[in-house]
Amino acid sequence: MAEILKTYKVNKYFTEPEKFHVIKDIDMSIHTSEFVSIVGKSGCGKSTLLYLLSTLDTNYEGRIEINNTVVTGLSQNELAKFRNENIGFIFQFHFLLPEFTALENVMLPALKRGKFSKEEIEAMAMEKLGSVQMRDFAMKPSGKLSGGQQQRVAVARALINNPKIIMADEPTGNLDSVNTGLVFDIFKELAAKGNTIIAVTHDNDFAGKSDRIIEMKDGEIVR
Amino acid sequence: MTLPVNLNIAKRHLLSRKKQSIVAMLGVTFGIAMFILMISFMKGVNKFLEETMLSMTPDIHLFNDIKTDYSNSITKEYLNDSNKLAVVRHPRPKESSSGIKNAPNIMNDIRKDPNVLAVAPMLTTQAFFNYGAVQINGVINGVDILEEARLYGLKEKIVDGRVENLLTSDNGIIMGVGLADKLNVRMGDMVTLATPKGTSTRLRIVATFQMGMAAIDNSKSYVNISTVQQLLGKDKSYVTDINVKLKDKKVAHLLAQDYALKYGYKADDWELTNASVQSSNVVRDVLTYVVSATMLIVAGFGIYNIMNMLISNKLKDIAILKAQGFARKDIIQIFLAQSTTIGFFGALTGILLGFLLSYGLSRVPFPNQGMISLKFFPVIFEPLHYIFGVIFGVSTTFVAGLMPSIKASKIDPVEILRG
Repeated sequence: MAEILKTYKVNKYFTEPEKFHVIKDIDMSIHTSEFVSIVGKSGCGKSTLLYLLSTLDTNYEGRIEINNTVVTGLSQNELAKFRNENIGFIFQFHFLLPEFTALENVMLPALKRGKFSKEEIEAMAMEKLGSVQMRDFAMKPSGKLSGGQQQRVAVARALINNPKIIMADEPTGNLDSVNTGLVFDIFKELAAKGNTIIAVTHDNDFAGKSDRIIEMKDGEIVR
Repeated sequence: MTLPVNLNIAKRHLLSRKKQSIVAMLGVTFGIAMFILMISFMKGVNKFLEETMLSMTPDIHLFNDIKTDYSNSITKEYLNDSNKLAVVRHPRPKESSSGIKNAPNIMNDIRKDPNVLAVAPMLTTQAFFNYGAVQINGVINGVDILEEARLYGLKEKIVDGRVENLLTSDNGIIMGVGLADKLNVRMGDMVTLATPKGTSTRLRIVATFQMGMAAIDNSKSYVNISTVQQLLGKDKSYVTDINVKLKDKKVAHLLAQDYALKYGYKADDWELTNASVQSSNVVRDVLTYVVSATMLIVAGFGIYNIMNMLISNKLKDIAILKAQGFARKDIIQIFLAQSTTIGFFGALTGILLGFLLSYGLSRVPFPNQGMISLKFFPVIFEPLHYIFGVIFGVSTTFVAGLMPSIKASKIDPVEILRG
């Protein structure tokens, strides 16, 4: 299967409060439509690794290739465009914009991309909301939704530009078991449709059900 | 087309915290309103003073200056020796006529100039008005009253009587109201005046005028030019001053230089005569701009603070926008749009408030302390000031919003997203 993400000897240091080698010589590759969980104890560097892969953190040594593009060394503006088109994000604390409705939150990345007209984007956003069973809440201000509902809207938003890769940082960390199950099923479905999913998680159940588990310890991959 | 997305976010941010937006806007509103009020008032004062001055000074004033060039002396001829140096201490001007020779021809010549609107001769002398045992100092201008009226709009300044009365009486006088008050006389009364040459005459008051400047109204009066010629014992062609009114004031300076060369007399243009007024105008202008700029800077700091606060409240949103692919310039645009919107609406309400305040001031009676006669505070309404106000408001808020916006664009999303 085709590799969608590859890293070569990626190293990262924290300099504050003192110099600390947080990511050590990571060589890894992830295939298209894989559902990968990254697990490990707190402080093992798994979130740090995810933010390196996401291109948000550019302060590292080594090389990262995503979707056959070397993202290492691209300018901030190029990276912003790249993220917009290729990567969908889901975070632990949902992070919707509270002034906007659920639908508008989902539409934002597509409006930013500017590839389609507003009407087309609205139709696509409604469809994505439908896929996470949030269609009925589309017009609600996102601040009025429950935590699980917000996380599902965030998933829909991550999908709006049909990214190749979805990256999730503790996507179920704040959710009850019902919502955790819902989000997991959505991920599973997405992977089946050809999306690649990389999720950092503490939840062993969640990780156990994914295609592959990458376990980290002290900045190195141990499994 | 990323602009509408960014602007939409900016709009939501503004509307979701209406109170804060309005407070920020009011800072600009008051700054601009005070700017409009101050500049309208200061420019009103400038205009009033300038008009008053100009109504009393001709565009070009041609006169025979006292000769103060003593470089030639007959002492030299007396010594008749080029090796000797003649030094004369404290020379005095020689006795000479202060009149303009050949005045009628000069006037005719000036009248032919297409730039010239009116030319009037004048014969001025000091005079002492006898008021019981006291003598009051004054100036009498012998004039061709119809030409004079054309030059200065004298008819509008007449309080009592008519300008033409001077023509129908051979010993009439038109007197400033202040002088008439001092002498306790009114229309139809007789006054006695004496010249420095010792001659005296009795004149009848046929009209009174009020220029608006106490210094003028308390000393000046008009009589027929022939009356002064008789008083001074001079002939019919004796004239001390020629006053010229131009179609376009701006050429006065150049034309004055021409006349001085051509006729050999001193020619002052209105700018030179009113130099003190001009310089006080500059002082007022500078003051207006300094005070207004200070107010706008204060308003700018208010906006700077509010934007900083907004951005610290929106760190999460900024991080998520960046993660979704919004670039630094998008973030700058989102926040800069907010501060300039505040500036724009602040400036609009500011010029409205400024207009209302200026209008209000223009209806407030001016306290009368006798120096100048003004019914209301002088205020002018100049569209350019209002356009300036809007430009000032928007540009101040742009600058004030720029730094916080750049700061927002530099936020590292990873730090925020990791919590």
